[in-house]
Amino acid sequence: MHSPQLNRNGELIHLLSIEGLPPHVIAQILDTAESFMEVSARDVKKVPVLRGKSVFNLFFENSTRTRTTFEIAAKRLSADVINLDINRSSTAKGETLLDTIDNLCAMHADLFVVRHASSGAPYLIAEHLQRIGRDDVHVINAGDGRHAHPTQGLLDMYTIRHYKKDFTQLRVAVVGDILHSRVARSDIQALTTLGVPEVRAIGPETLLPKHLDKLGVQVFHDMNEGLKDCDVIIMLRLQNERMTGALLPSAGEYFRHYGLTPQKLALAKPDAIVMHPGPMNRGVEIHSEVADGPQAVILPQVTFGIAVRMAVMSIVAGN
Amino acid sequence: MPPLPNPLPDAETQCRQLADLIRPHLHRRPALIGIFSGGAWIAERLKELLGLPEDIGLIDVSFYRDDFSEKGLRPQVKPTLIPFDVEGRHLILVDDVLYTGRTTRAALNELFDYGRPASVTLAVLADRGGRELPIGAAYCIWEVPLSDGETLELCKLDDGRLSWGLENA
Repeated sequence: MHSPQLNRNGELIHLLSIEGLPPHVIAQILDTAESFMEVSARDVKKVPVLRGKSVFNLFFENSTRTRTTFEIAAKRLSADVINLDINRSSTAKGETLLDTIDNLCAMHADLFVVRHASSGAPYLIAEHLQRIGRDDVHVINAGDGRHAHPTQGLLDMYTIRHYKKDFTQLRVAVVGDILHSRVARSDIQALTTLGVPEVRAIGPETLLPKHLDKLGVQVFHDMNEGLKDCDVIIMLRLQNERMTGALLPSAGEYFRHYGLTPQKLALAKPDAIVMHPGPMNRGVEIHSEVADGPQAVILPQVTFGIAVRMAVMSIVAGN
Repeated sequence: MPPLPNPLPDAETQCRQLADLIRPHLHRRPALIGIFSGGAWIAERLKELLGLPEDIGLIDVSFYRDDFSEKGLRPQVKPTLIPFDVEGRHLILVDDVLYTGRTTRAALNELFDYGRPASVTLAVLADRGGRELPIGAAYCIWEVPLSDGETLELCKLDDGRLSWGLENA
């Protein structure tokens, strides 16, 4: 199926998924983000790129953190930002997703940032906009179901490139609940697209999807084996609801096997970096000593995330 | 339009002439800011030729252009880098070609987000006419009226020398 995120000239008009993005488009986003890093370091943290544009944050699923980073990014581009907490408004009154979109288009929205619990919701919106001939309105996926979280994937790539420069020499491990993680999916697609030769997935059998090997990913159930000589370790958040179900015995048990402790980290390369998309569960997936240690780049990830979101917004809005 | 000189003038010679024009004004301790990419190369030359101790500033006006809604973002945006405080300084903005004046306008807007300079003057190698804004160069070496379809561009050759290129659409 043709992805609606690229136009006929192959330019990015929506960001829905990392899947299907050519490497040069990813590189363009990361390069542009580098220029926006400088903007965020100024006294006046604002450029006029999106002046007069209206960015609607449509969060059908709560996420204060992600919404805030998109809001900051849009404001630094001089856009007007409208936050809609959909849970408590129209949907509750029975309005369909596409009716909501039509109404916001009638208010002259220019860009939708969409977080939705259902996989594919941002696609549905992008296809709808195409159908009604609104190619001037753009969609950015801020996380849909278990499917994708492309801006997180891109900011992770920015982080890796910042610290490691060359993707083609790296061994990268993704650790934890990969089955339910849209971040993991986006990361794995991005790493593969950018030519990382060795991507590892580490986690208990119950939390790893079945066909990882078909994506070229090596599967490990033992942290001590999986972390050996890695350059980059991406820890995933273990969601609380997974611990109450049948998938895992307990948080303590999980930490014993898959929590990143200083001892386990020592198995990776001495200059390995530790990443986490946040919010962290200290003592569940990561030991505080690691989270606060010199190899953690978790807070720089947050800073890079603003610049990457500025880059994505300004690129799609211009195409 | 008068015929163009053939071959085109030597850009390296023009850089030296531009430095000669600026030299009498060095008592104001000006800081140089080059606009990517041609202006940045020229500013680098001027720094050497004038023996200025301070690093030059580099500016990419992509985020300040007025044609974003028509053209979108250029694929190769470079970070703006201004390694000094612009507040109260005399700035010389350097570009290769002055044409509509819109790039200069964008650069001025960006500079003022960094502070309030004492003054800003414009130095260019070539002025091709066709202004759409009330902007002029204080220092200019080559006045070369061109028609809309022509593109005059400064290039950096493999050996590092600067050289003019002219294209007809």
